[in-house]
Amino acid sequence: MTVSTELDTRFRDAAATAGLLDVGFDVVESPIGPLLMAATERGLCRISFQPDPERHLDQLAKEFGSRVLRSSTAVDVAHEQLDEYFAGSRRGFELDVDLRATAPFAHRVLDELARVPFGETTTYGTLAGRVGAPRAARAVGTVMNRNPLPIVLPCHRVVGSNGSLTGYGGGLHVKEHLLRLEGVLL
Amino acid sequence: MAAVTAIPPFERFYVEQRDIVLGFLRRRLGATAAEDAFQETFLRALRAYPRLEHGEHLRAWVLTIAARLVIDSGRRARPASSQLPDLPVEDGRPAYAQLEHLANGLPPTERAAVVLRYGYDLHYDDIAAALGSSPEAARQAASSGIRRLRAEGEST
Repeated sequence: MTVSTELDTRFRDAAATAGLLDVGFDVVESPIGPLLMAATERGLCRISFQPDPERHLDQLAKEFGSRVLRSSTAVDVAHEQLDEYFAGSRRGFELDVDLRATAPFAHRVLDELARVPFGETTTYGTLAGRVGAPRAARAVGTVMNRNPLPIVLPCHRVVGSNGSLTGYGGGLHVKEHLLRLEGVLL
Repeated sequence: MAAVTAIPPFERFYVEQRDIVLGFLRRRLGATAAEDAFQETFLRALRAYPRLEHGEHLRAWVLTIAARLVIDSGRRARPASSQLPDLPVEDGRPAYAQLEHLANGLPPTERAAVVLRYGYDLHYDDIAAALGSSPEAARQAASSGIRRLRAEGEST
């Protein structure tokens, strides 16, 4: 007895709407490839360039609770804003984020990162200085590399002190794509 | 300390059990009512999920939720009282509640088989699905559980 897509979707939507999930996630299409997005009651908690849910289920359950379920309803606001961003009609995100699983230093760095505006870049060293740890550029690089919410927390706007793109979790071509979209690269 | 089966993320549990649960509900309620009961079964499972203490027998667990819904819906096919052993009636609790208590001392498989068969009126195919065994093995587990309960009843 196979559950129909309709019945399956109905249950998933009902679960999200009833507020019964610790984490709801979905895989959404984007110009830079499929993305996995996840959200809790507090806000968006994950964006990943690795769209296979099986790679994320255990970690999400560990960080936020075992009631992890795929549901487009759970991420629809964030998904809509992401679509607008990629379409060029949105420059900033108005989303609550859930960084409770992030360590204090990384949390401070990500808070500063969120202030880097659309269409501008900064360096790892500058960001390190802004969190009061001017010598921690390398540690800031590690935080960028583990950014749980790339694109929304714009680690693509952080470059090396010589202006080189250095690295990006989604691949350098994605970083280039995003900076081109924002008019930083021509 | 014995290794305890971890509780899987709900997504994995749901994908593994959804077809079996729908099949069970369809046999008991018909196609239309089964769809509503399907959703309610897994919503109840979601509500109870944080209280689970381990990840063992999750199929039996979700089938008991489904079976309870079938009973609540008032469409219970037939009473199983004719097959019940002579168990003391302690109060007005439903059969499954009494059995869950009385069968506490049984080995896990026999306990599950007894409770699912006589407490929830599940058929042996469904119990077999819940226990991951054959209908014949489920029948044997239930009857050996009942024998054990009888023996215990006589010795006290």
